[in-house]
Amino acid sequence: MSLALPRASFAQRHAASLRQWRFFAWSFGRSPSSMLGLAIVSAFLLVAAFGPWIAPYPLDAEGAMNLANRLKPPSAEHWFGTDEMGNDLFSRVVLATRTSLWVGLTIVGIAGAVGVPLGIAAGYFGGTARAVIMRVTDVFLSVPGLVLALAIVAALGPGILNGIVALSIVWWPGYVRLVEAKALALRNEPFVEAARAVGASDLRILAVHILPNCTSPIIVKASMDMGLAILAAASLGFVGLGAKPPAPEWGAMISVARTYMPNWWWYAVFPGFAIYLTVLGFNLFGDGLRDILDPKSNRG
Amino acid sequence: MTAPLLQVVGLSKHYALKGGRSLRAVDGVDLSLHAGESLGLVGESGCGKSTVARLVLRLIPPSAGAIRFDGRDIAPLKEDALRPLRRDMQIVFQNPHSALNPRRTVFASVAEPLVVQGIADAASTQARVTDLLREVGLPESFLWRFPHELSGGQKQRVCIARALALAPKLLVLDEPTSALDVSVQAQILDFLQDLRGRLGLAYLFISHNLAVVRQVCDRVAVMYLGRIVEEGPVEAMFRAPRHPYTRALIASVLPPRPSGLPEAPLAGDVPNAADIPAGCRFAPRCPLRMDRCSRDDPALAGSDAHRVACWAA
Amino acid sequence: MNALLEIGGYRLAFDGFEGRAHVLDGIDLTVEEGETVGIVGETGCGKSVLARSVARLVEMPPGRVLGGGIRFAGQDVFAMDQRALARLRGHGVAMIFQDPMTYLNPVFSIGAQMVDVIRAHDRAEGKARRSRAAARAAAAELLGAVRLPDPGRLLDRYPHELSGGMRQRVLIAMALTGTPRLLVADEPTTALDVTIQAQVLRLIAELVAARGLTLMLISHDLGVIGALCRRVVVMYAGTIVEDATAETLFGAPRHPYTRGLLAAVPDLARPGHRALAIPGHIPNLLDPPPGCRFHPRCPLAIARCAVEKPLLREVDGRRVACHRAEEVAA
Repeated sequence: MSLALPRASFAQRHAASLRQWRFFAWSFGRSPSSMLGLAIVSAFLLVAAFGPWIAPYPLDAEGAMNLANRLKPPSAEHWFGTDEMGNDLFSRVVLATRTSLWVGLTIVGIAGAVGVPLGIAAGYFGGTARAVIMRVTDVFLSVPGLVLALAIVAALGPGILNGIVALSIVWWPGYVRLVEAKALALRNEPFVEAARAVGASDLRILAVHILPNCTSPIIVKASMDMGLAILAAASLGFVGLGAKPPAPEWGAMISVARTYMPNWWWYAVFPGFAIYLTVLGFNLFGDGLRDILDPKSNRG
Repeated sequence: MTAPLLQVVGLSKHYALKGGRSLRAVDGVDLSLHAGESLGLVGESGCGKSTVARLVLRLIPPSAGAIRFDGRDIAPLKEDALRPLRRDMQIVFQNPHSALNPRRTVFASVAEPLVVQGIADAASTQARVTDLLREVGLPESFLWRFPHELSGGQKQRVCIARALALAPKLLVLDEPTSALDVSVQAQILDFLQDLRGRLGLAYLFISHNLAVVRQVCDRVAVMYLGRIVEEGPVEAMFRAPRHPYTRALIASVLPPRPSGLPEAPLAGDVPNAADIPAGCRFAPRCPLRMDRCSRDDPALAGSDAHRVACWAA
Repeated sequence: MNALLEIGGYRLAFDGFEGRAHVLDGIDLTVEEGETVGIVGETGCGKSVLARSVARLVEMPPGRVLGGGIRFAGQDVFAMDQRALARLRGHGVAMIFQDPMTYLNPVFSIGAQMVDVIRAHDRAEGKARRSRAAARAAAAELLGAVRLPDPGRLLDRYPHELSGGMRQRVLIAMALTGTPRLLVADEPTTALDVTIQAQVLRLIAELVAARGLTLMLISHDLGVIGALCRRVVVMYAGTIVEDATAETLFGAPRHPYTRGLLAAVPDLARPGHRALAIPGHIPNLLDPPPGCRFHPRCPLAIARCAVEKPLLREVDGRRVACHRAEEVAA
């Protein structure tokens, strides 16, 4: 990148960027559903960050035993009721947020780190490189992701780390597809030709011209995938291949809770609602981002 | 006469299609351009004029032919060998809205050639870019703006500044004003004329607008289906066009005044470049077609100044 | 003569991030049945928005009518219900646009799309819908009317198989399905090559004459306007600055902007004539200049121009919006 260039004053250089950000904020704020998504995602992040201070019984998350209190319905003392060990469900749901955030970020991070470079290379260089990368991607995409992940975890052995590894393996091809299409379109843009006309190397073109113009769809997909990855990790937990009780994880909680349905409904409902809300929040947020980052909806 | 700055001989660009056929986008083009001269390359969409521009700049490799720039054949060169030569030839694109990276400031775009070619050090870059902006008539305050904050004419000036950054000898102008309003077009044309006079640049001016070409070019070459069909001094070409296609193009121009119903001088569409007719490629649409035309392909012939590829001329 | 289209005091704005853009500022325009009117102006002058307003195709919001209105054949366009609107579009007003590919669905054949349009028009007009076979025959007839060779086979082809000129002819044929009275053509030949442009313009002119259509042609190209229109309306920054017969407007323009525009066009027939630029650039419609919107660029501007908006008034056999119109030499 052009790091050797001199820098004018920060305010001067960034006046235009600041205007752009204000525009983003303005158009985002005009959509109620995007704002709802933003609120949910913010709440999720806050709960993940401050979970130990929010949870009234943080020790319950570790799987303490308090059998006198088992399976109590929601009350002022235990907002979400208690589970079969007498642990406070509210505390466990809150503390599981951090697990979900970590799982989501890792899966999306690894998928992006693998998929984006491959997609850019495939789209920009074309030819044999593209053929090889895209065929491998197609193979992965042609198998249902969760089924493949289940098979991988089954081979690696259950556990949250193996679950993340398995989901990352099935997640990256989506990024290749997305970025390849974008890079393919950008490759023929006049500004890329102009860069080649002044003798810019492929590496420079990729870093300066292609990648920065791919970021919008990547950000949109990543924010939607956060929700989906959390859901997928919870699914693995539910079938007993992800996080293991008593570690606090929504999917694993529901997995245990299903045997207590319907009489002790709160045990399954609250973790389920947490998953639902999180996935909904990231989806609405991603939709909102797509609306403002899509160049067609930019002012023009 | 001195040797031309740019001499193109037998230039072709063919693209392989499925089924063993090939699309002949450019099919044996000869042209030459002297230092300080302005050559117009006109024709309708799909005639290959933009492909010629990209070949001349070696943005794409030719299928055949030679491209002598400053006496050296650059057709077979690889990218590493071309890099130093790129200082001498630059391009300005038709659509200024897509010719600037939307994520980079004006400064970053105009400085890019200097950075890539390693010409200016960090300290002098900003001064040089400011000078370039002044050269194209933009104030220093534009340095940190993004393309979407500029009008079409301003963007095109930024593109010209970028093309001038390396002080080239040849500027390829690919429809530089066709995306602009007429009042802005006049500004840019004036400016380009003035620039050529001051810097002694050679222009390869690609356009479909004959009136614009007449105003800014010394010579004109008319392309049809990948081949030059007529070439000559601008005044002679417009006063006495000899190829029927050139005549049809000129007749199709609508003057800015009440002119009544336009005569449609040519019937039908331009044939596909994957399916070029035998003989003279213009014959199927030609009002002067003779028997010979569908058999023999006419070559560019005539006096050195004004040449035409037509059996009827 | 009957007024087919009456636009009175029409003011339209778009609300956006940076505020309210006043894109049309008091448009007064009456078009008689059978006229051929050209609307010419540069980017941002509002000519396309005006054209779309006629068939109520402007999205609201972000668009917002601030005043005035549009009547088509005596009916208020903005008061129409969905049924009346469906009748208006197609049966009353037909539109063709710059880029025909955008208005054709790439996954359906030409015939399938035309049959749908024909049957939709039947319904909008309250007639019994024709059978598919009858609609297909009507489609073939329309394709013949726009001089497309071999209409029967063309019906089975897909948009991407046609050239730009052929696609535009297909769209013109589709525009004719509802037997409209007003044809609004928004830059119909801008995307076409000059030799094809001549063919399409000729076709439009012939259809207008043969079917007694009223034509509203929107273009930035004075040559296209001069070829097809008997009357020319010049727009600048959301206002009409001059409205005259083609001969008057091209021969003796009274508005400084019209004069500037004519001088800026390179003319192949006058090689000695060097195109002159209009200094400055088009105003920001979020905060348009007070008074005359052209005054910051006008060579004849006086103090009054910056304060008082000039109204369209009759001068020397045309309408012109300039305080100094009388002084502009003919």
